[in-house]
Formats: sequence, C-alpha cells, structure tokens
Amino acid sequence: MLEGELKKLSESDAYKDLCAARSRAIWPLAIIMLVAYYSFILVIAFDPELFANKIGDGYTSLGIVCGFALILFTFLITGLYVHKANKDLEPKIEAIQKEFGHHG
Amino acid sequence: MDNMNLTAVTMFGIFVVFTLGITYWAAKRVTGTKNFYSAGGNITGFQNGLAIAGDYMSAASFLGISGLVFAAGFDGLIYSIGFLVGWPIILLLIAEPLRNLGKYTFADVASYRLRQTPTRILAAFGSLTTVILYLIAQMVGSGKLIQVLFGLEYNYAVLIVGVLMMIYVTFGGMIATTWVQIIKACLLIFGATLLAFLVLWHFNFSMEGLFGAAIEHHSKGESIMAPGGLVSDPISAISLGLALMFGTAGLPHILMRFFTVPDAKQANRSVLYATGFIGYFYILTFIIGFGAIAFLIGNPEFMEDGKLIGGNNMAAIQLSSALGGDLLLGFISAVAFATILAVVSGLTLAGASAISHDLYASVIKKGEADEKAELKMSRLATLGLGVLAIVLGIMFEKQNVAYMVGLAFAIAASANFPILFLGMYWRKLTTRGAVIGGWAGLLTAIVLVILGPIVWVDVLHFDKAVFPYKYPALFSMTVAFVGIWFFSITDKSVNAKLEHEKFDAQHLRAQTGIGAEKAAKH
Repeated sequence: MLEGELKKLSESDAYKDLCAARSRAIWPLAIIMLVAYYSFILVIAFDPELFANKIGDGYTSLGIVCGFALILFTFLITGLYVHKANKDLEPKIEAIQKEFGHHG
Repeated sequence: MDNMNLTAVTMFGIFVVFTLGITYWAAKRVTGTKNFYSAGGNITGFQNGLAIAGDYMSAASFLGISGLVFAAGFDGLIYSIGFLVGWPIILLLIAEPLRNLGKYTFADVASYRLRQTPTRILAAFGSLTTVILYLIAQMVGSGKLIQVLFGLEYNYAVLIVGVLMMIYVTFGGMIATTWVQIIKACLLIFGATLLAFLVLWHFNFSMEGLFGAAIEHHSKGESIMAPGGLVSDPISAISLGLALMFGTAGLPHILMRFFTVPDAKQANRSVLYATGFIGYFYILTFIIGFGAIAFLIGNPEFMEDGKLIGGNNMAAIQLSSALGGDLLLGFISAVAFATILAVVSGLTLAGASAISHDLYASVIKKGEADEKAELKMSRLATLGLGVLAIVLGIMFEKQNVAYMVGLAFAIAASANFPILFLGMYWRKLTTRGAVIGGWAGLLTAIVLVILGPIVWVDVLHFDKAVFPYKYPALFSMTVAFVGIWFFSITDKSVNAKLEHEKFDAQHLRAQTGIGAEKAAKH
C-alpha cells in the first residue's frame, strides 16, 4: 500500500533498474555456489573413489585439492558480490535515497 | 601438571578480568533496548565480521573438527566446508534485506507483513529450541573440557561458565557480548595460526611432508586422504549438506548480529570479512588435525591403548603440548575456555531477545511495551536462560550431546530459514502458510532425529532406528517448503490478500533501505 512519493518511486525507472541489477548480481552467484557445493557433496555420495585419486606422484589426493579449492571459491564468491555491490548497486541505492530517502 | 594449570589459569584469569572490565564499560552505555539488543547499530562491518566469526567458531568447531580430522582425515573437511558454504547464501540472499527490514531479531523480518502473534510465536520457538540445544552442547562440552584442562570439578566448571556469561549479557548486553566475541575471535585465530605454523615448520612448509607423515602414523593409512565412513549413503550426504548450508542462514544468534551494524552496506561487508576469517580458520583446523596425527599417534605421552588421552576432541589441545610445551598448552586451553564463554554469551542474548522482544513486547504487550519494562524483561530472560543452561548442563553431563548441534542446524534450516527466506522473496506467502509449514518443518526435524539412529539407537538403545538416516534436513525442509507453499496458495482469506499487497512496500524497503532502522547517535 504505497502512497505519494513512495508510489512514485516504486514505479520509477531508477527503482526497477536497481531491482533488476540486484537480481542479476545475486541469483547467478547463488546458483554457481549451490552447483559447486552440491557437485562436491554428490561426488562424496556417489563416487568417493574419485576423490581418492592422487595428484601427481605425491600423497595429495584430488579430494583434498577440491576441498581447499572450494573453501577459496566460497570466499571469492563473497568477494565478487561485495565488489559488484560497491561498483553497481551502491551508487543506484544512494541516488534513490538522495531523492526519496526523507519519505521513509 | 601443576605448571600447566598455572599457565592456563593465569591466562584465563587475564581474559576474565579484561572482559569484565569491558562489561563494566559497556554497562554504562546500555541505557535502552537498542543498545542492549543491537549495540546501538554502531558496530563497523569489520568488527562485526570478527564478531560473527567469533560466534561461529565455537569450541565445537575448533576442537570438534580438528578431532574429526585427527580420527578420519578427509571427512573432517566435509564438515568444515559445509559450515562455510552457508555464508555466500547469507550474503547474497539474506544479509541486506534482513538489515533493511528488521530491528532486533529475525522474527521482526519474518513477521514484517504477516500477523504478529502466530508468526512471532513460531519464530521465537524456533529461536529458543535452536539456542537451547546449542547451549546444552556447549555447556556439557565446556564442563568436560575444563575438567580435563584445569582439573576443576564438572559442576563447578559449568557454574563458572554460566555465571560469567550471565554477568556479560545482563550488564553489558550486545555491546559487551560483541567485544568479548571480537577479542576471543582474535585470540582463537592467533592460537590456531600459531599451532598450524609450528606443524608446517616441522615439515619445511611442505603439505606433502605433513600428509606423508600422517599417512605413515595413522592406522587407516592412505584412506585418510579420501572420503570415508562419515557420510555413508547419498541421502545422508545431501541431507547433511542441506542442514549445514541453510541451517547457518537460520541461526538466531548469527542473524541478530546484522542489526548491530549501521546499514545494509556494512552488513554485506561483515559477511565478506566473516567468510574470510572462518574459511582461513577451517584450513588451519585441517592442518592442526593432520599435525595431531603426525605428532601424537605412537607417542605414549599422549596415547593410551591406541586412543588419544581425553578423547579425539582433545587433539588440538594435546598437539599444543607436544609442540610448545606447557606454555602453549596453557595458552590454547585458555583460548578454548574463552571461546566457550563467548559463544554461550551470544546464544543467551539471542534467546533472551526472543523472549523479551518477540514474546513479551510483541505478543503479550502487542507492541505497546514500555522500553524500560522490555529491558528489564530481557535481563530477567538472560538470568532465566543462564540458570536453565547451568541446570541442563549438569543434567546432561553423562548424556551423548553430539547430536544436539546437528539438530539445532536441522531446525534452523527447516523452520527459521524457510519463513525468513519466503517472507522476503515470495509475494504469495501468508500467515497461514508460514505458521502451518513452519511448525510442520520444525516438528518433522525433531521427530526424525528422535526416531533416527543417533537418538533411537545410540541414546535410547533400541536395536534398529525407525527412521534410517542420521540427518533429517532433506525431509524436514521439504515438508516445510511444501507446507508453506500449499497452505499459502490455498489461503483465500481477506487477510491473505492484504498480506500480498503489503509485499510491495516491504520489497521497496528491502531493496533501497528507505525506512530502515538507523544507528543510535553516540
């Protein structure tokens, strides 16, 4: 039940643009994260032997390399989103708050 | 042994005196509910990142995961990763809208456009069961740990933890709890880094060298480098993965931390820092676990009849003694104790706010509670939960409590997360759907854990479990989501229509932060 200025904001291009930009930022990353994690889990569930394979001549197994890589990947996903939010989303939010913020 | 006690007790004493000093400083600032629940919203993103990491890196993670790696190698990594992957989900889907819509508890957000009374009761119940299960596990763990480390009797150990925690939270509220958490996070990260560094130093910083020595010592040999028996079938693997990933996004003491920062921007910064600290910490626990295999197994000073003295959970502690003598042992012991103390404080504060903010102020007083009365109620609730934690900690001394953190995650994933997530993103959610589906998810999680192998067989000693899987989340989350969906779309009441209409205003505030709760002025 939006009225007055807030109704105007909800119908503005700036707001629609922000919502679309945010959706574009969050959903692909969320899906990539889910796929990466569940691939790891499904290998453990259905083919644990795959992770027992050695990398090269040493002791290090594929499972341990994938596990460490997944930890790093998780951090990179959060870093990527925060970077995108700074660059693309924050300026849009600030502009909207400047124009409509006092109606909150 | 006397030496060890002295170092550990001295270091722990310094921590207690210092944190009580902080509590004294904080107590003068806790004049209203805003400072009590959310530290006035004046914590920075970096500080909150450390505090979140502190809340999350419990003694169960530090000692439990390094112990699991010590026992089974690779399988410990499955847990670490599960505990970590929930964080991008929180960042991407939860943190910013949560901060923009809520004030003190996640129930503020879940009930934003739904009917207050039934939604708040469900959310408060979900919070309290999660908090109490977690608390029991921490209290029992701490009692046993302190018994081994300081030679103090179990009941006294539980009592000391309970009383210190009540002092921090009652007087210092969220301000003291946050700073205790930050200090403890720094100590724990420093301690774990030191241990991992000493392990790697022995092998000239070669992981291959460490792995080689571990394989040579461990009775399971090379199989410690690959998935073992922890997750034995695909359903369990997926179910455990769901509970860990989405349970994190439904833990009340973690969600509450997002209200301590000034705005949504700082909320997303805090997740970035928290993920960095937590990920780094789990890599360290993995190295520590492998180090424990390499240094402790076969050493009669630490092993008895082929078992680690004090149990597998003592792997990190015993390793510190092997690598750094009594001094390092004392330091790591004190850090472990500080960790427990900080985590139970955060849990108790989250539980107290569910009682005073959600049940007392919103349900009983219908949002008309006087601020002084609410603050008083939150302090009473803290004392009540503290006493309950001590009593339960003593009652459960001889019980197997390992399943309790797992159950807490399952409930968080099956009740708290679905109503929060759908409340934020799904226009058609109605009170009827949220309440029926939420309760159904919560009860399914509890019943399946009781009927499953961990309680039915291990605790109640029946021969065969009624429900064959250890982890219920796959089933209980499905029940919750399907229940919420079905009872929302079939809800044709006038109220349901109003709730759909309120979605636009909620979405606007979630997206832009216009109307969001502001930080208190200093």
